[in-house]
Amino acid sequence: MSLSRRDFFRLTGAGAATTIATGALAQDVTQGRDGGSDRPDYPVTQIATVADLTVNQPVSFTYPDSRSLCSLLKCGEPVPGGVGPGRDIVAFSILCPHMGCPTSYQPESRRFRCGCHFSLFDPEMGGQQIMGQATQDLPQVTLRWDESSGAIHAVGMTGLIYGRQSNILPEA
Amino acid sequence: MSLFTDRIPLPPADAETTNLTCHFCIVGCGYKTYKWPAEREGGPRPEDNALGLDFTQQIGPLQTCLTPRMVNTISDADGQRHHIMIVPDRDCVVNKGQASTRGGMLAHLMYNGHGPSASRLTHPLVYRGAQWASSTWERALALYTGLTRRILDEDGPDQLFFNLFDHGGAGGGYENTWATGKLIFSGLGTRMVRIHNRPAYNSECHATRDMGINELNNSYEDAQLADVIWSIGNNPYETQSNYFLEHWVPNLQGGTRGKKSEWFPGETVGRGRIVFVDPRRNPSIAIAEQAAGMDNVLHLALNPGTDTALFNGLLTYVVDQGWIDREFIERRTSGFEQALQANRLSLAECSRITGVPEAQIRQAAEWSYRPKESGHMPRVMHAYEKGVIWGNDNYRIQSAIVDLVLATGNVGGRRGAGVVRMGGHQEGYVRPPYPGGRPAPYIDQEVIAGNGKMLTAWACDAFRTTNDAQTYRAAVIRRANIVREAIDAASAADTGELIDIIYEAVTERGGLFVTSIDIYPKPIGEAGHMMLPAAVPGEMNLTSMNGERRMRLSEKFMDPPGIARPDCMIAADMANALRSLYREAGNTSMADRFAGFDWDSEEDAFMDGFNRQESELVTYERLRALGNNGVQLPVQGLDNGRLIGTEILYTERFDTEDGRARFQPAPWNGLLPQAQAQKDKYPFWVNNGRVNELWQSQYNDEHVTYRTQRWPMSLVEVGEADAQRLGIANGDVVELYNDYGITRGMAHIEPSIREGQLFMLAMGYDGVQGNITTPAVDENIIPYYKGSWAGLRRVGDAGYSRSVSGKGRHF
Repeated sequence: MSLSRRDFFRLTGAGAATTIATGALAQDVTQGRDGGSDRPDYPVTQIATVADLTVNQPVSFTYPDSRSLCSLLKCGEPVPGGVGPGRDIVAFSILCPHMGCPTSYQPESRRFRCGCHFSLFDPEMGGQQIMGQATQDLPQVTLRWDESSGAIHAVGMTGLIYGRQSNILPEA
Repeated sequence: MSLFTDRIPLPPADAETTNLTCHFCIVGCGYKTYKWPAEREGGPRPEDNALGLDFTQQIGPLQTCLTPRMVNTISDADGQRHHIMIVPDRDCVVNKGQASTRGGMLAHLMYNGHGPSASRLTHPLVYRGAQWASSTWERALALYTGLTRRILDEDGPDQLFFNLFDHGGAGGGYENTWATGKLIFSGLGTRMVRIHNRPAYNSECHATRDMGINELNNSYEDAQLADVIWSIGNNPYETQSNYFLEHWVPNLQGGTRGKKSEWFPGETVGRGRIVFVDPRRNPSIAIAEQAAGMDNVLHLALNPGTDTALFNGLLTYVVDQGWIDREFIERRTSGFEQALQANRLSLAECSRITGVPEAQIRQAAEWSYRPKESGHMPRVMHAYEKGVIWGNDNYRIQSAIVDLVLATGNVGGRRGAGVVRMGGHQEGYVRPPYPGGRPAPYIDQEVIAGNGKMLTAWACDAFRTTNDAQTYRAAVIRRANIVREAIDAASAADTGELIDIIYEAVTERGGLFVTSIDIYPKPIGEAGHMMLPAAVPGEMNLTSMNGERRMRLSEKFMDPPGIARPDCMIAADMANALRSLYREAGNTSMADRFAGFDWDSEEDAFMDGFNRQESELVTYERLRALGNNGVQLPVQGLDNGRLIGTEILYTERFDTEDGRARFQPAPWNGLLPQAQAQKDKYPFWVNNGRVNELWQSQYNDEHVTYRTQRWPMSLVEVGEADAQRLGIANGDVVELYNDYGITRGMAHIEPSIREGQLFMLAMGYDGVQGNITTPAVDENIIPYYKGSWAGLRRVGDAGYSRSVSGKGRHF
């Protein structure tokens, strides 16, 4: 079973004081390129099971709430932040972090593309902006894979979703 | 460094708000800066935050442009902590609320002692005791001005060398160009000065100016109105993103058709078309095809360095077709027949030299110059940049382009037209006249030859940005080390004695005393003896103008780090110190040369410079009132206290004595000899230029993790066949070499790169392309930076393929 940082803390009972010590593990396993989360209160949401996924065919979902469009992708090779048996399953917010247009996945070039200002992102490199006008990579959803059931859960996010002050919307 | 990743603080509704023009490219996008005490935050409701946005909900696309890197926490000199937010201004007509990836980093870069800003210079640093140590301004300038005076008195001004910015934006602007010009030209009187990006004090646009046409002669709006835009040696998506996205793309998408009909009644109008002239399929081309459709984009992929032949062939063809504006030629120009005779080149010959098929040349001419259905001549904007400016014989190519533009009447007040350079930095030039001639001395070759005793690099670093850079760097390091050894051996010396010791080293032993004035330690400074800390916009008030001559005031909102000073005030401190030295020596006439620097702030430098020299109507107060839209120069007058500017130049007269633009003969002349010699010897043409994510000389970027993750080394684009033949994979480190030097970069395999060609990032922090650029220059000492030929070999896998995307950069 792959451990998310949240799970690691829960299982070990470790708190903020051990963040630095676990940083390397967290980075290797689940963290995107833009650093960690400031918030402890992300929902845990099941979004798929491994058996549902086909290589290079994205699956849409929303996370952490219904207004935030995301995409889950099985890459076929181990990738940064990848979970699952092949460490190849990743997910991202698909709202372009530049100005919020929905990006679309292009299977031939294996990139997310934004039609508004032509930014390009690489899901197989932690959402890295290949070219474009954003000042952060695609926010990456932190995933947890349950080996026994095959379930993939979204448990957090690194990077700020477009159009928000906080990834968790404030109470209205 | 921003402390925020997935949540940011909002500015409260009463946050202090100021205007900031982006520091970087010539487009000069408008930004708003919000500043508020760090213990406070605005609320998510629109009435509770200064942005007026409703953050209780998901905000829709295109409503804002806001990421964690647009927020930061800073401390002022009084120790008070504030949050700052720097976001694009929706009311600015230049960028209309949009940030590029470069300008979007402005807040992230501001000083707080962490992240990228941790590298900033905060105090004068002086090389002493075989190490760098902090100093005071008084002590550092005592050494600098004492040595300057000694050399000036005993050897004359020509031994004082400067590498000097001449632009706007950070490290430039009217305040700073004026102050340095007044110190260096009027005070010191030296002509041994070169500009930040080239080895002499010259214009990149001598040709067009000689023809009576300043290179920035239209408005960004003209790109919305053109029937055809020519993009010549120019890659606008990566270099001037918001000008391209907000003004070119809407035209290419057909979105400005209504505006064209309104402006040009009775004239055939339609979706804009675009012609790229570039040996490389640059990344803007794929975007233009997406925006305009494949049928409305032409790419003339000419052989390197053959631009003059292309434009002469076009001129000949359109004259022979009768697609020229005879009335305009007659009324507003001179020298047409003579230039035509000199430039004549048949279509077949043009195609043979340039490698561009005749059909494509004909097609480009038909789109651009054949009268429209309504009988009107097409409105064509010709935009050129470094492929021309730094191409094979700048003066010749520029003349050939402007000849074609004049023949077709596409300059001189006509809207939707113009012949413009795109530009690099913003502009902000006001200086006393340069005391040297034309051509100006080739300063870098003088340094290599052992001339000059003192070299000051002001807001630039020729180690990374000049041509023949390896030879230059080796010479400066060797000569600086002679002085270092003398300093190392003189521990007990006080400042006066040290000046004697250094003077002896630079006079008797070929040494060179090197000073860098900058915001970061730069390689040229680190090789030398003194580094002085300067300020950036936001830490000082600064005025500049953009590529449509739009002048704005960037307002100060925080203090510079440590005891760093604005460049204009550093120049004033130097002048005042020299004045005191001469007064103490009883030399009144020399003391008087350094008079007129009794300034308390950058505003005083502005009033002494731009206000007094260019337009007395322009003041900080009047600019502040115009916000991020400013005023387009030249200023015509005042209307109810507001400055009135000029949208387009030359509606009546050109910049010549008789008011007529001059055609200029520019026959095709082959490649410059030094470049040709490398071409004959080495297999790869090494084209070079910028990438979108890095700003030009990359002075901030090398300190920004987000940038160095993407670009740990200089990009080298390699074609598929060449990569396969040489065993090169994406992310491999590769080596390029020729008779002038050797350099390295990170390979990226790009299928559209032609066999035998490469494209390398220019001015990189890890891999300097200039190492393999020849000393070839045009008649005004403008280098042929694009004219490198080299060998290529694989070094190996340094692991970059695991952290850097190797996927295509073309949309």
